[in-house]
Parts: sequence; structure tokens; C-alpha cells
Amino acid sequence: MTTTAVPPITPEPQRRSWYKRNEISVTPWLFLIPAILFFLVYVIFPIFQSFNLSAYQWDGLGEKEYVGLSNYKELWDDPAFYTSLKNNLIWLVLYLLAIPAGLFIALFLNQTVAGIRIYKSLFFFPFVISQVVVGLVFTWFYDPTFGLLNSVLGVVGLGPVNVLGDPTYVTYGIIAAGLWPQTAYCMILYLTGLNAVDPEQVEAARLDGAKGWKMLWYVIVPQLKPATFIAFVVTIVGALRSFDLISIMTNGGPFGESRVLSFYMFEVALSEYGFRMGYGAAIAVVLFLIMLCFIAYFLYSMYKEQKGH
Amino acid sequence: MRFTYKASIAALSTVAVVAGGSLSASAQELTGDLKIFLDTSNPAPRATMEKAIAQFGELNPDLNIETTIIDREAYKTQIRNFLTANSPDVANWYAANRMKPYVEAGLFEDVSDLWAEPEIAENLASTKGAMTIDGKQWGVPYTYYQWGIYYRKDIFGELGLSEPTNWEEEKANCAKIVESGRACYAIGSKFLWTAGGWFDYLNLRTNGFDFHMELANGDVSWEDDRVRATFANWRELIDMGGFLENHQSYSWQEALPFMVQGDAASYLIGNFAVAPLREAGLSDDQLDFYQFPAINPDVALAEDAPTDTFHIPSGASNKENAKAFLRFMVSPDIQTQINAGDALGQLPVNAKSAVDDDKFLNEGFTMLSSNSPGGVAQFFDRDFPAEMAKVAMEGLQEFMVRPDNLDAILARLEKARGRIYK
Amino acid sequence: MFPKPIEKSSRSVQIGYQSLLPVALILWLLPLIAVALFSVKPAADFSTGDYWNLPSQFGGWENYGKVFFESDMPRYLLNSILITVPTAIGAVALSCMAGFALGIYNFKANLWLFFMFVAGNFVPFQILMVPVRDLTLDLGLYNTKTGLVLFHIAFQTGFCTLFMRNFIKGLPFALIEAARVEGVAEWKIFIYVVLPLMKPAIAALAVLIFTFIWNDYFWAVVLTQGAESQPVTAGITSFNAQYRAAYHLMSAGAIVAALPPVAMFFLMQKHFIAGLTLGAVK
Repeated sequence: MTTTAVPPITPEPQRRSWYKRNEISVTPWLFLIPAILFFLVYVIFPIFQSFNLSAYQWDGLGEKEYVGLSNYKELWDDPAFYTSLKNNLIWLVLYLLAIPAGLFIALFLNQTVAGIRIYKSLFFFPFVISQVVVGLVFTWFYDPTFGLLNSVLGVVGLGPVNVLGDPTYVTYGIIAAGLWPQTAYCMILYLTGLNAVDPEQVEAARLDGAKGWKMLWYVIVPQLKPATFIAFVVTIVGALRSFDLISIMTNGGPFGESRVLSFYMFEVALSEYGFRMGYGAAIAVVLFLIMLCFIAYFLYSMYKEQKGH
Repeated sequence: MRFTYKASIAALSTVAVVAGGSLSASAQELTGDLKIFLDTSNPAPRATMEKAIAQFGELNPDLNIETTIIDREAYKTQIRNFLTANSPDVANWYAANRMKPYVEAGLFEDVSDLWAEPEIAENLASTKGAMTIDGKQWGVPYTYYQWGIYYRKDIFGELGLSEPTNWEEEKANCAKIVESGRACYAIGSKFLWTAGGWFDYLNLRTNGFDFHMELANGDVSWEDDRVRATFANWRELIDMGGFLENHQSYSWQEALPFMVQGDAASYLIGNFAVAPLREAGLSDDQLDFYQFPAINPDVALAEDAPTDTFHIPSGASNKENAKAFLRFMVSPDIQTQINAGDALGQLPVNAKSAVDDDKFLNEGFTMLSSNSPGGVAQFFDRDFPAEMAKVAMEGLQEFMVRPDNLDAILARLEKARGRIYK
Repeated sequence: MFPKPIEKSSRSVQIGYQSLLPVALILWLLPLIAVALFSVKPAADFSTGDYWNLPSQFGGWENYGKVFFESDMPRYLLNSILITVPTAIGAVALSCMAGFALGIYNFKANLWLFFMFVAGNFVPFQILMVPVRDLTLDLGLYNTKTGLVLFHIAFQTGFCTLFMRNFIKGLPFALIEAARVEGVAEWKIFIYVVLPLMKPAIAALAVLIFTFIWNDYFWAVVLTQGAESQPVTAGITSFNAQYRAAYHLMSAGAIVAALPPVAMFFLMQKHFIAGLTLGAVK
């Protein structure tokens, strides 16, 4: 890799000739250097550092102590780790509901009536709000004393339910909050995708007597494949990164039942009572390995597509 | 929350208050800088500290003081960063095991020499134990406060109840309160530590101070029958429906309105809860205090009284100035001033200071000085090592919601004990 | 078009659809509407336990006044701007260059580098947390806006490069060929030929990064502390600690924190959606 970051502006005459000769092969590297440098220092190296750190015991204050695989061994029978892992899987599966839900809303809104643009924007709007605010909003929505949810349930004679205080519901409650912006995101992807659906094909299918579900499944959905792929990617990434909502809504509670790996890792390493950088790194490594399966799949899909072009 | 000012422009205070103090440091004026980090972000503590620091600045006009006040919750995680990265000269923190990680990492300065000075040795003797690790002292205390049961006197009156003195009366009272459609005890356990307060008291009353400390130090099994006895007592209150419902969803502040609105009759909490309860409209006729009643008559009463402290980070660059500041803050007059009812509203650590004439402070002071023969504990998350405290408090919260899980919880804590106290 | 355009349906279906729209919208935004309502209720309503009736009087001025004049919120908002804007500029600049290199030139490592950026973009943050925090501490940038900005630029470069590279790939390559034949230097091609064509992509990306960074919470918590450098997402938790159980103030604070990206979205809607949906249509 080139190590000199010479800005490609008015080089000296003598160098110019060399530069001129190699212009095509050198230029891309000059343009890439800043981005690569930043990315290596802040993203690529830290991944390896975390792998390394997971073999140490370190409280973040004193000396690091090499402990080999003992962090992983401890992880192996740490019930909190399994709770987090289980919740991560629930997140992964249920978060994907954002995709059909987004498609459903997109279909509902894909009309040309007066003011529809405003409606589309307003339906999209939860995605723009920070997850911190979404978390607060839903915490109050679920509040056992005055929350809107229980007021509504009360009217139909149900409840009250303390969603965020009950270990059986808490993860689902948080995921529901997360689905709100995520569905909006998928919706906008599908709205754009629907714009590009070939009207001739739709007409042709109509003439063949296709309508409703059949039309959707056999004619529309295949054409929406690119949108579905992106929706899938962003939803999986979002599910595995879920941290903000948990931190704001329950702080992992009640008694740690709503933790996921990303939150548990933070809790162990940096929270009020957490002093275990190495153990945290080990959790992060596991999370990374799970993500790696998906990254490999995404890259493979992209690679296939690149070759196709 | 951060706040910075120069001592030279902070001329609000009266020198008179400190003039009578026995300040060895004021003999000669200090020069140079003094950087102070505090977590006193709530309005009253903040004003109190700013005032005292301004007074110190007036005694030392050539000293350049810079004060930084950080949000109280944020401070707990940030302290490790600033102790390692950019040390102030003085930082506040908590006593006992809560300061242990920093002491062990060599981040707090040994201030045993301060404790050798007669002024401090004599007047602060009662708190020396909480400041000692490995036979050395690592900081000075500046305030402490009692825990106990704050209750609605008017509701007790309405139900014909009086302050209980033993466990049977406590339970009988609670049964009547529940019958009236209220919860006996307000509590918000979302951030876990409030449940630690309950365990402290039940365990101190059931098994005594020494046992409690053995447990904190990892010398006793969590599956010991004596620990189970503590939980059995706790369970009696839980099964009665004594605790506020959905407490796992509230912070301690969010549980206060239940007490104010009369949906809960009492609250086991620290004295810091008095200010917000008064502010919410409870008069001293409505609000009262009693010591947690005896459970096992053979056990001497012991109390929780968390102590807040000042430390000199070992990376500090102005250690002499910092020591002078520590001497100043524990001096009798300043102790009286900062702990007064309209300031911190807590108890002074200096034996020569006066306790402000406030109903709750007086009761607390009397209780701690004459009716706590068993000893004084710091608090669950200050007596137990941080990691153990975290795991355990989660278990305590779980127990309060799902008491049937006790066996699994204790097994989990026992396993954690095996790992943490190596 | 799918589903069947509503104009082709009967009058009653059309009316039904038109009246269903607002109802659906209100249901969809219900949690948010509730918070907006809370934020204009006076404190008295909450102390009497009246949560869900209309405000007994309009308390909006007082609540929002407290947020703006009696708390650190304005500082947090300013911090957010000072973090978000440089990040957007930095990430867009780096990725324009990197995207140009990867989109125009054919060289061996091209695809591998591209995949490195894409893969890095999907990495769970947590694996970077401890090392990045240590690095920031070592650089003396802990608890500074600069420290946060540098990290954000680096991390966003992954996504931005993916975006820019794909966009540049879609440009007519003939233009570049023509410039080369003219003997224009490569860096001049970037500035005078490619960059002007990238304007829509730059706008889209800038708006997108603005929103992403504004809404970041995790890194704000890991790399900063206190009001001098924390952005509003982290600041709001301190604000809430200060006003715990004062729902009218917490609601007003939440609305204030959420507003800038919302405003950005409505002003730059076209670019925003273009940015998000790049690749959703092929």
C-alpha cells in the first residue's frame, strides 16, 4: 500500500513525469488513502484488537492479564449470556416483520389521491426520529399507571399489563417499539420499488385474470426483489445493533430479561458496575461472528451481482 | 452538566462563617491551581458545593479554582475515564468497597497523613473504617445520611396504627394498610439499588451486622440457611402484597408520587427523599420517620448510613492544594454549613459540627449515634464489590417480582460469588 | 400500477379510502401525538393524576421555556450541530474521493477494498467499542466533539463509499474517456467532470448522514460525558434525570430533541428518500 499521502496538486516537474507515466495506476490510491486510513484505524484494526482483548482480563484501569480462553469458558455457562442470545434471536426473527408490514403500508398508500404525498411523509416520519425518543415515547405508552396502552385495554375490559416490567412481555414490547420506525423504513423502500413496477406486466397479468394475492405474489413481489433485499439487509443490521431502545426503555431489566448481546456487552464493560473489558470483548466477538454469517451472505449476493454486470 | 467558574469572580459568600474554623491550611495562603470534579448535579447540593468552594477561594485569593459538575448518574461511569485520562485534583465518590477498584488500580492517593493529623483523627474517627483499605486511608468523608422508613403519619393515624418496634407489629401494620387498599411500601426498583436497601435491612435485622459483612466479603454462601431466613422474612411482606405493584418499572423518584397521593403508606429510603416529598406538598405533620424495627431480638440493631467522600486522584497535579481543600471541607463549621437542612440536608461527619435543627436530621442523628449498637453499614452496592452488587441486586429485584424463583436466584448468586471473590 | 388505482373504483370505495387515510395515520402516530399532547399540558394536570384529558390550560410556553432557558438543552443542541455537520462534510468528502477511485479505475484490489468498506459498514458497533474508546483516550480526544466526529467520519465512510461508488458507476463513462483523450489530468477529471455530476448524490448523502449522526446514542455515551460535548440524544437522559417524573417537561425535551432531523427530512425530502432508496430499484 502506498504510504505517502501526496496531494495530487501541482507536483514538481521532475516527479510529474513519473506521476504522468503512472497516473492511471497511482491516482486511485491517492484518492483512497484518506478513506482507507480512517477506516483501518477506526474500524478494521479495532476488530482485531477486540479479538485480542477477549483473551485478557482487564478492568480498564490497571494492567491487563492474559487468561487465554477463560472468558469464553465463562461465557459458556453464563445464564445472562444465554438470555441475551435468546433475545437476540427473537429480535432477528420478529424484526423481520417490518418487511411485510412495510410492504402492506406501501400498498395501502400507493395511490394518487389528493394529499397522498403528505400522508406518505407522515407515515415515514417515525424513522427520522432518534431511537432515544422512540424509546421514551413507547416507555410512556406502556406505563403501567397512566400509559395509553392500558387506558385503551381498560376500555375493552382487558389489562392492565405492565409490558416493560414483565419478563415474558418485555422483549416483545421493545421489539414492537423498534418495529415502528423500521416498518416506516421498509415502507419507503417499497414505495420507491412500487414506482418502478412495470405497468405493462401488471396489465398483461390482469388480462390473464390475475388479481389480489395472486397478482401480488407472482407478479409484484418478484419485481420488488431489489427493495426486499435492501429491506432485509437493513433490518438484520438493525436487529443486531439494537441497543438504544433497550438502554432507554428498560436498562436491560427487569432482572436482565430484556438484555441482548450488544447491551450485555456494554453493561459488562462500561456501565456503572461493569469493569470487565475482556469479558465484554468476548461477548462482542460472539456478536460479530453472528453478524459475520450475514455479512458473508450480503457480500456473496453483491459479488454475484457484480459478476453479472 | 458542567459548570466552570473562577474563584476570583465568585464573591458571593461570607468569610465570617469559616473565620472561626480551625484551619491549619489557612495559616498560609495557597497559590496555583485546583481542579475539582463533583457529581452534585441536583440543584440544592450543587448550590451548597459552589458556596463552600467560593468560601475556600476567598481564603485563598491567589488560588485558581476550577469546578466541574457532572450529572450524578453519568459521573458513576465517567469517573474511571477522568481518573486515568485527565485527573482533577479533587473528585468526590463513595466510601467502602465502592472505592476499592480505584484504590487497587492505584488511582486514588493515599491520604493517611491527613488522618494522622489530630484535627481529623479525633473528629472523624467514626468514619475512619469506611475510608480504610489495607490499613491506609484513601480519602475523607464529607456527608452521610440515614436510611429508614419514612411514612405517612396521617394515614397511620387514620388506620389507628403506631410506629412498630418489632417485626410482628410491622407485619400487623402492613396487613391493615393493605386492607385499606394501599401498598405498605413504595419502592421503585428499575435501577435495582433500592431493592438492595431492603435486603440490607432485612439481613441486618435477621442475621446481624457481622454476618452481613461476611456475606459482603464473600465469606458466606448465598445458599446458607441464614440467608434463606432473610428471604423468608422478606417473602412474608411480598406475599401480603405489601410492596407497590409494578415497582420494577419505576425509578425511586417515580415511586414518590404514590406516597404523596396516599396510594402507599411508607417508603424505606435514604434521607435524600425528604426534600422531594416536602416539595411535592407533604408537610411535616403528614410525613414522619421510624427506625427499621427489630426482627431477631438477639441481634443488635445496625443501620445503613452511606457516606459520600472526597478523594485526591493519584494523577492530580496540585496535591498539596487538594489536601488543604479536604481539610477545609471536613472542618467543623463547613461541615455544619454544608449539611444544614437548607443545604445538603444530611449529617455532618465531624463530631464537633452541629446537626441542623430539622426533624428528620435529628431523628437520624440520634438513631445513628445512640441506637445503632450493631454497627453502621455503607449500603449494598458500596459494601459488596461492584460486580457482585450488580448480579445480586438483579436477583433481589427478581425475587421481589417472582419470589418462587428463590432457589435458582441463590444458586446463581452463589456461582457468581465463586467467580468474583478469587 | 399496483394495487388497482383507486380512481377506477366506485365512488363509495374512494370515499371510504379517503376517510380511512387520516384514521390510519392517527393510529400510526398515536404514541407521538400523546407525547406532543403531554408537552403542552401544565404541571398541575399531572399532579392531579389527569393524564389523558385535553390540557386544562395551555402549558406549552412554560414547558418549552423551561427546556430552552432553564436546562442544558440548548448546549446539547449546539453540540449536536457541531458534531453532525463536520461529520457529514468529512464523510461525504472522503467517500466522494474513495467512490471515485473505486468507481472509475480498474485495479486488482478494487473489489476487495470495496468489500472491505461494505463489510465494515455492517459490523456491530460493540466490537469496536473498547478499542475505539481507548484510542480516543490515548489521543486525548475523550469527551471532545472532535473525538466523536473523527470516529463517525471513519465509520460512515463505509456506507458512504458504497453509496458513492455505485452512483459513480452509473455515470456515463464516455465523459471520462473524452476528458482523458483531451489530456485532462485525472484529478482535474474528478473536480471538473465527475464532481458536478455527483451533486444529487452528495445532497442525498449529506442529509442522510445528518440524520444518522444526529440520532446516534451509543457512541455519544461511549465517547463523551457532560454538557460540554454530549449531543442531544445523550443529553436528554441527563435532562430526564433532572426532571424525573415531570412528564410534561420530559415530553417537551423529547420533542425538541427530535425536531431538527424531522425538519431536515421535510425540507430535503426528495434527497432524503433518494438516498435511502438507492438500490431499491434496479
